[in-house]
Order: sequence, then C-alpha cells, then structure tokens
Amino acid sequence: MSKLKFFVNGLLKENPTFVLLLGMCPTLGTTTSALNGMSMGLATAFVLVCSNVVISLLKNIIPDKVHIPAYIVIIATFVTIVQMCMEAYVPALYESLGLFIPLIVVNCIVLGRAEAFAAKHSVWESFLDGLGIGLGFTGALLLLGMVRELLGTGKIFSFAVFPESYGVLIFVLAPGAFLALGYLIAIVNKLNRAK
Amino acid sequence: MKRLESNFLNMVLVLTIITLMAAGALGAVYTLTEEPIRLAKEQKKELAVKSVLPDFTRLAEPETANGLTVLKAYNNDDFIGAAVESEAVGFGGTIKIMVGFDAEGKIVNYSVLEQAETPGLGTKMVDWFKTDKNRQSILHINPSTVNFTVSKDGGDIDAITAATISSRAFLSAVQSAYQAYNDNPENIDVKSGASTHINVEVTDSTNLAVDAKAMEDSLSQDQKIEKEQPIKKQVVSKKSSNKKRGHKK
Amino acid sequence: MTYILIFISAVFVNNIVLSQFLGICPFLGVSKKLDTAIGMSGAVAFVMTLATIITYLIQKLVLDAFNLQFLQTIVFILVIAALVQLVEIMLKKLSPSLYQALGVFLPLITTNCTILGVAIMVIQKDFNLLEGTVFAVSTAIGFGLALILFAGIREQLNMVKLPKGMQGTPIALIVAGLLAMAFMGFSGIV
Repeated sequence: MSKLKFFVNGLLKENPTFVLLLGMCPTLGTTTSALNGMSMGLATAFVLVCSNVVISLLKNIIPDKVHIPAYIVIIATFVTIVQMCMEAYVPALYESLGLFIPLIVVNCIVLGRAEAFAAKHSVWESFLDGLGIGLGFTGALLLLGMVRELLGTGKIFSFAVFPESYGVLIFVLAPGAFLALGYLIAIVNKLNRAK
Repeated sequence: MKRLESNFLNMVLVLTIITLMAAGALGAVYTLTEEPIRLAKEQKKELAVKSVLPDFTRLAEPETANGLTVLKAYNNDDFIGAAVESEAVGFGGTIKIMVGFDAEGKIVNYSVLEQAETPGLGTKMVDWFKTDKNRQSILHINPSTVNFTVSKDGGDIDAITAATISSRAFLSAVQSAYQAYNDNPENIDVKSGASTHINVEVTDSTNLAVDAKAMEDSLSQDQKIEKEQPIKKQVVSKKSSNKKRGHKK
Repeated sequence: MTYILIFISAVFVNNIVLSQFLGICPFLGVSKKLDTAIGMSGAVAFVMTLATIITYLIQKLVLDAFNLQFLQTIVFILVIAALVQLVEIMLKKLSPSLYQALGVFLPLITTNCTILGVAIMVIQKDFNLLEGTVFAVSTAIGFGLALILFAGIREQLNMVKLPKGMQGTPIALIVAGLLAMAFMGFSGIV
C-alpha cells in the first residue's frame, strides 16, 4: 500500500508537465490531436519505465563518475527499440510523430527520473515511479491534445462534436499549442492554490 | 551493497559492457523489425498505387520520365493507365503526390504521399480535388483539355479556400505528372510496350499460360507487321525456358 | 540560391522554437534576462554547428558505410555529449573570456533537443555537408532570434501586474504563442 504513493505521486502531485514543467517540446509539438498526444505519451512512458527499471538494477555496478553516459546509453537503447517497433507496426503514427520519437532521448523527464529516483530506489519502486510519471505525462498530453483538437477542428479522437467550420483553426497550429498549454497551466495553478 | 569504485578499470569495463549489451539488444530488435518495416513501406506504396488506378493485374517495372517515376499498369496485356509520382514545393514544404491516369490520359484518382501544408487549410488537398462540387474536382479530366490552373489565375479549377499557394503547387505537381506520363515513349506504341513487359513480370506458371495465350491472340492479328516478329520469338523462347528465366530474375 | 532559401526558411518560416517546438526548455528557462539569453544563443550556435558537421561525417563515413543506421540515435547523442564536454575543456584552456560568457550554459546543452534534432534533420532532409552546415548555422540564428526577442519581452513583463495564476510560466507560454503568431506571418515567403 505504502508503495502505491510512488505511483500516485507522479500522476498528480509531481505531474511532469503541469507541475514540474519538464518535457515541453513533445508536449507542444505532438499534441495536434488527442491520438497523437496519447501515443507520444505512451511511447515516453514505455521508455521511462524500462530505463527506470534497468537503471535501478544496475545502480550498484555503475561507477559514479560515468553514470551520465551509462544512463544515456541505456535510455537511447530503449528509444531506438520503440522507434523501430513503431516504424514496423504503426507506420502512420510513426510518420506523424516523426522527429519527436528519437528526441525522447533528450526529454529531461527520462534522464531526470533516472538521476533523481531510479539511482536511489529499489527496482519495484522505480517501476512504479516510472509508470506514475509516464502516465501523468500521457494524461497531460492527452488532455492538451483533446483541447486543441476540439477547439481547432470540433472533434475528439476524430469524432465530430460540432461542425468543423466553427473550429478555431489557430489551436491546431503552432501558436495555439503555446496558448492552450499556458491557459491549462494557469488553471492547474489556480486549482492547486484553492486546495 | 556498496557502489563500485570509480577507478579507471571499473569505468571502462562497465561502460564497455553496457554499450555491448545495448548494441546487442538493438541488433536483435533490428533483425526482428527489418522485415515488417520493409513490408509496411511496400504496402503503403502499393495501397497508393491501387487507390489511384483502375483494377489491374500487374504493374510494369518503374520507369523514369522527366525525372519522375512512372508505373504502368496492365490488365493482362492491355495498357490501362499509369501511376506517376510527382512533387512540387507548396506552402510549408515539398508536396509529394501520386496521380493515376487512364489510357486516354484522364486522371483516375490521386493520393497525397507527403505534405507539410497548414493543417485545416492546405491539408484539405487530400480530399478537395476529389470532391464533386463547383469546379474543384480534377477527376476524369485530361489535364491537356482544360486550363489546368486555379480559377484565380484564369484557370478552370477552383482552389482550396484560403490556400491558393498550396492549390497552385498541387496542380503544378499534377501537371508535371501528366507531362511525364505523356513523354513516356512507350505510351505511343502501347501494345508492343505491353508485350515486351509481359515476359519480365509473370512468375506464376498458370498466369503465364493465360498471358501467353492472350499474347498469341494479339500477335496473330499483328503477325504481318514486321516489327512484332522478334517479340513473338522472344515469347516462345521464354515460354520454353521458364526455369531459366526464374533463375535469372 | 539554395543556401539563401535554407537560411530564410530556418530562421523565419520554420523557426525551430516557434514552429517546430524544439528547444522549449531553454527557451522558457533562460529567457528571464537578456544577457543570459544572448549567452545561451551563442553557446547553442557554437555547439550546433560543430555537432552537425561531426554527426554528418559519422553518419556518412561510419553508419551508412557499415549499414548501421539503426544505431543513429545512440551514436549521435553520445557524440553530442562528448563534444559538449570537449568544448567545455578546450574553451577553458584556450579562451577564458569566451568560457566566462558561455561556460555556464554548456552543460545544459546536452539535453537541448535542438542539437540532436538538427543533426537528425540534416540526415533526413538529405542535405550535403555544406547545406547541412548552412542549415545548422541558420537554425541556431533562428533559435537565438526567438530567444532574445522573447527575453526582451519578458523583461518588460516583470513590470506588469498579473493575476496570480497567470504569473510565471502561463503568461510566458501565452507570450510565446503571440510571438509564434507573429512568425506565422513569414510563412509562404519561401
């Protein structure tokens, strides 16, 4: 039971996007639709869970002075595995996420969790932490993707909610990403303060 | 358990082992996914070709005309059209399309392979020029019979609302596809083009029998024409040495 | 002519920060003051150009030659990490004044996704070495332009009274959104 707090922690209290403000590039770049946002979130979550587990397994045999390069190699390996699997089995999605898949390597969330959590905790705890943070990130991307898709095109997951001609196109374009995220974070701030 | 000391030997050893393990894992996944990746890419192209052409039984080997790739399609040995890959620079980057023409040069269908136009405006090209509304559809039109530019430039095609640059680029890509289709010398002598290609394509022996029969039918009509003779010889010789050809291929 | 096109496209039309969403972290993180923004832009320009040239050569001479393209991500990120370390050490020895200006930002650059992003983009777009270098330099200029403009605006923002929930990141993101809208005006000129 007590271990569960590691999981919930990442989901809400330390939500990587809305609270820690990490990993902004994919958050803004891939949320043109709910589906894209969610897929990007899940790909990142997979890398995060795997790298967290492996790093906590190896934490005692990696000498301190070379821990960063070792972590980078481990993370890059999982990223490449995700990349190849996506290209093979979901090519359309792979194309629409494009450059952002290899760039999971430099997502500050992944290296940040490895450094701050996995290097100090047990395998099981690291797994839960990776899962929590990963799903927290996925949830944030899904929310932002839904807001942008709905406001921009009147659809959610491609199901029409209101006619497309009433959509505010700017939300699917670059500026809309900044605006939507700005307002979402403002709302989260407001809610946090109310508590 | 204590952490390993950071001495030189340990550092080199651990890093080497991790890198080797990583390379091994990647190599394994690479071999596993290599085949599906190739298949997925082929399938995508095949779907695009199928969607832009009427039903065909086989495709000729890709040819190049004006720097564009032309794929000719045959129903048995009847030339029924060709799919052309073409591109132009649009509003947000290169637009790559595949256009299918029938034997008379009319556009059968098109498919957008790659584009980076403004979402919600230029991206509408995926369906816009297929929609039968006002003058926006380009299907069943031979680009040489109409003024194939946007109406804003005095042409006969309606541009996408608020995306004239994307529309211009799209139409110019279609036009260069048409030119490639037209400049392809084999379209002039469709039948002989078909005949020479039959030999390369057919691998299945039952198909071969059908095709060879169709060939003979068509050849018997043209038998008096001198230039068809070598082709007939070629067919006969190839038919008798099926195995050899399979090997060569 | 191609080089001019690449330049204009990378600086204005497809600005790496405002339309491609790369390098948002430093964009939000080091844009509170104008001088730090200038320092960061300089460091990024320096590393980006070097990294692009080196990764390009590695891709062509090693990965393509031995059919090891699937190791691209892992090799590139290691090269960039090593390069950043190397640049830091060399700057310290060779030009202490430059190190003073850029030094603090160098460690941050390893996890700056623009560097890896540009290195991969150059390979994807099939540029030759010269085009790739021009692309890297212009992307860095585009990054610097966005960052410095943004820092200038944020310095002014400090003097404005804002609702509490809007302070900090939210308003910064909204300003970035407005800046991105302004940059959208450039689209179509290439």
